Amino acid sequence: MRYLPKSPADREEMLAEIGVASIDDLFSTIPAEYQFKRDLAIPRQHGESEIIDRFREFANQNATGYASFLGAGVYRHYRPVLIDTVVSRGEFLTSYTPYQPEIAQGTLQAMFEFQTMICELTGMEIANASMYDGSTGAAEAIMMAVRVTGRDGAVIARTVHPEYREVVATYAQHQEIPLVEAGYSESGRVDLAALDAAIDDNTACVLIQSPNFFGTIEDVAAIAEIAHKKGALLIVSIAEAISLGIVRPPAEADIVSLEAQSFGVAPSYGGPFCGVIACKEKFLRQMPGRIVGETKDMDGKRGFVLTLSTREQHIRREKATSNICTNQALVAMMTTVFLTVYGKEGLKELAVHNLAKAKYAADTLGGIGKVLFNGAPRFHEFVIDLGKDAEAVNTALLERKIIGGLPLARWYPELGANASLWCATELTTKAQIDAAAEALK
Amino acid sequence: MSDTKFVGTPRKVTTHVNQNEDLIFEKSSAGKKAYRLAELDVPAVDAASLLGDAARTDLGVMPELSEIEIVRHFTRLSTWNYAIDLGMYPLGSCTMKYNPRVNELVSRLEGIAEAHPYQPESLSQGVLGIMKLLSDCLVEITGMDTITLQPAAGAHGEFTGILLARAYHEAKGNPRKKVLIPDSAHGTNPATAAVCGYQVANLKSNAQGMVDIAELERMVDEDTAALMLTNPSTIGVFESEIHKIADILHAKGALLYMDGANMNALVGKTRPGDFGVDVMHLNLHKTFSTPHGGGGPGSGPVACKKILEPFLPKPVVVTRPDGTLALDYDRPQSIGRVRMFYGNFGMFVRALAYILANGPDGLRQTTEDAVLNANYIRAKLEDTFDLQYKTRSLHEVVFSDRRQAKNGVKTGDMGKRLIDYGFHAYTVSFPMVVQGAMMIEPTESESREELDLLIDALKQIAREAEENPELVQTAPHATRLRRLDETTAARKPVLRWKPAPNGAADSSALTPDTAAKEW
Repeated sequence: MRYLPKSPADREEMLAEIGVASIDDLFSTIPAEYQFKRDLAIPRQHGESEIIDRFREFANQNATGYASFLGAGVYRHYRPVLIDTVVSRGEFLTSYTPYQPEIAQGTLQAMFEFQTMICELTGMEIANASMYDGSTGAAEAIMMAVRVTGRDGAVIARTVHPEYREVVATYAQHQEIPLVEAGYSESGRVDLAALDAAIDDNTACVLIQSPNFFGTIEDVAAIAEIAHKKGALLIVSIAEAISLGIVRPPAEADIVSLEAQSFGVAPSYGGPFCGVIACKEKFLRQMPGRIVGETKDMDGKRGFVLTLSTREQHIRREKATSNICTNQALVAMMTTVFLTVYGKEGLKELAVHNLAKAKYAADTLGGIGKVLFNGAPRFHEFVIDLGKDAEAVNTALLERKIIGGLPLARWYPELGANASLWCATELTTKAQIDAAAEALK
Repeated sequence: MSDTKFVGTPRKVTTHVNQNEDLIFEKSSAGKKAYRLAELDVPAVDAASLLGDAARTDLGVMPELSEIEIVRHFTRLSTWNYAIDLGMYPLGSCTMKYNPRVNELVSRLEGIAEAHPYQPESLSQGVLGIMKLLSDCLVEITGMDTITLQPAAGAHGEFTGILLARAYHEAKGNPRKKVLIPDSAHGTNPATAAVCGYQVANLKSNAQGMVDIAELERMVDEDTAALMLTNPSTIGVFESEIHKIADILHAKGALLYMDGANMNALVGKTRPGDFGVDVMHLNLHKTFSTPHGGGGPGSGPVACKKILEPFLPKPVVVTRPDGTLALDYDRPQSIGRVRMFYGNFGMFVRALAYILANGPDGLRQTTEDAVLNANYIRAKLEDTFDLQYKTRSLHEVVFSDRRQAKNGVKTGDMGKRLIDYGFHAYTVSFPMVVQGAMMIEPTESESREELDLLIDALKQIAREAEENPELVQTAPHATRLRRLDETTAARKPVLRWKPAPNGAADSSALTPDTAAKEW
């Protein structure tokens, strides 16, 4: 086996050094009746070229060469070459969690840079070193708000990604956190009157998403005012991180839960992605997840360490802020490189290109169907009613090598069977948009 | 020529250029660029007029650098990291094995990396095929009946597994109240039980560091939902009475949860499904070679018996009558979703590539080599370090610092000193059932030569602990930075960079918290 660095003679000599006759002696603590004697019924050993061939076969059964208008929480953006250059370095790829800071300063410094960039982009004072993803991040943010406020309920906007809401429901159920939903108005934004009515003395937090699932940018300041007036915290979930290049950061929020996949992470059928929680400084000791802090070594040189681990499970066990152990370090590294490549100006230009493409797509398709929710600004997604069943429309589009927008009836039956959610990014071309419009006529 | 005598360069002298690399923000200057966007092929827009009040005008201290500066920045940082590609990580319970590069290549194939989770099923047969084949392999390897790949990491798998147990008990009319956890368990176990709404009942280990059967019998009752057991245990020993443990639990209607963190000791040699386990998680980033990447991403599939299948997170991959694969959301008893979409798919690709590279014979040999390596280290070092538990080790061995501690040299010191010898530290002070634990798991990826170097280094360090304790207590000495002040880091947290008010670069401290305690 090519990954195993031993000759048959090595094995024999080592067994002799240990003082046993055969390898089976080392497994003698496993009762005989549970010793597995046959070969596992799995595919035979493959050569490297055979592995590649097999995965090429898998890859070819998926959508390649299609123009796609799917977004809905996973976005196709250009990924600069430097990202793979950096994360393919064995020193980053094959290193462990930086518990020995003297030999992990590379990862630690990059994580400190990541935390700084996340603070700067979200308008928050502190950020952790990443969470599993945006959906579990939202759930952890709610549990954090419950600890901070000592209250136990949460109000969730219906315009939050439906799968995020499902994940939150799974977590909340066993924490005994009652969830109340707040609907949306004709503009596609949170219905402020309904929100106000949904919050009571027991509401720990309000969770919204902006840009929301429909692509509409929420009025964060107005929502914050309503939540804060009643003593609840505001959590803003951001599923499309590129929006932060041109959309005002949710500085009025208390906690921001960001999904950073758009910053250079491949869609990869839904993961691994990169969640992160950022918040006001005063909530630091209730924030879950690993955190990197600056310090000095014995000689006074600047260095970085994992810090505040007394919040974490390996110290506090059942009293920990969360059971979370790993983070998404390598994916956070990818986003750090992405943000460095685009930087202060590039991120803004990139976001504006996304706006332009989506406006052109909405205007063009709007000539065929009816674009919904026009009363508020949006980023790069829009909901459109194409006058026909959205699933049927998509099936027809596949013939032209186009993957249409996501039909919404599954989660929003109130919008009817014809509504779908379309996304255009900087990678969507005018020709693709025109071709989709042509096919829909 | 000037007659001034040349006295040397005024440049600051360093041992190596890589010793000095500022934060990216400190290297930034306005106007530098490392990008150029594609030509805009649609009419330009005015963001301010489209977004109104919602428009952002400034991105603060986000960096501005050219491409070469960025490459050098991250390359220099990388040289400050230790990694598997550089040498051995004897980190017990972490299974730091080789990360095959073909795994990386196949995960980046276009049809795989670009697959969108909402693309039509007809155009997703390849990605679903990967999930199906990996699931089938993992079910066979564990001897369980079914599996979910959705959990994002090991602790997330624990969460999912305990929720399955809870749903199972609820369906029988009573979710029950407590989860039993041995005192040798990893901290995620009790944290998980708490997040799932259970009380934690600590189960004391016996004199051999194993489950105390009598104590277990006493503690298990009708309020017990499950026992969370790591097998082999955190001292690297197989729970020989595992089936008795399962029987005691099952007799009271409780379930046996197995933390699969140590599965690298078992693959191809025994199967949890055969020895009474009801539900377990796997760590693809341990046993199945997906990279740790400096702390993640992980992936924590949960395998279980038939009785728990109705409760699996949705969706599940199913085969339609026509042979095509599909995602089934119609699961009325499901615990719901634990993560959006289907899990850390990119890790499934890598784990499957690893399984294909090994085949049944390779996986068995891998396990045997991992166990051989651990026992070789044990045999060579048991005269040097105290071995609290003498039972036969599987994939890892846990020594105690008891002998060296007499000279004031603790496990943490010797771990740090190991760094000077070119190794990562072993796992320090865990499990807590061993005083001053030194937990060593070499994995199968180390050659005999590499093991001998580690053994020599540890023997040398034991000698230093006798003859020159201070040398060990102040280690490491060969690293770019020496020991870091973790107490100040926690008391006066500096968690982000900020430009100093006077324009000079400086980090910004938060409000000091003198009450903060650090271990």
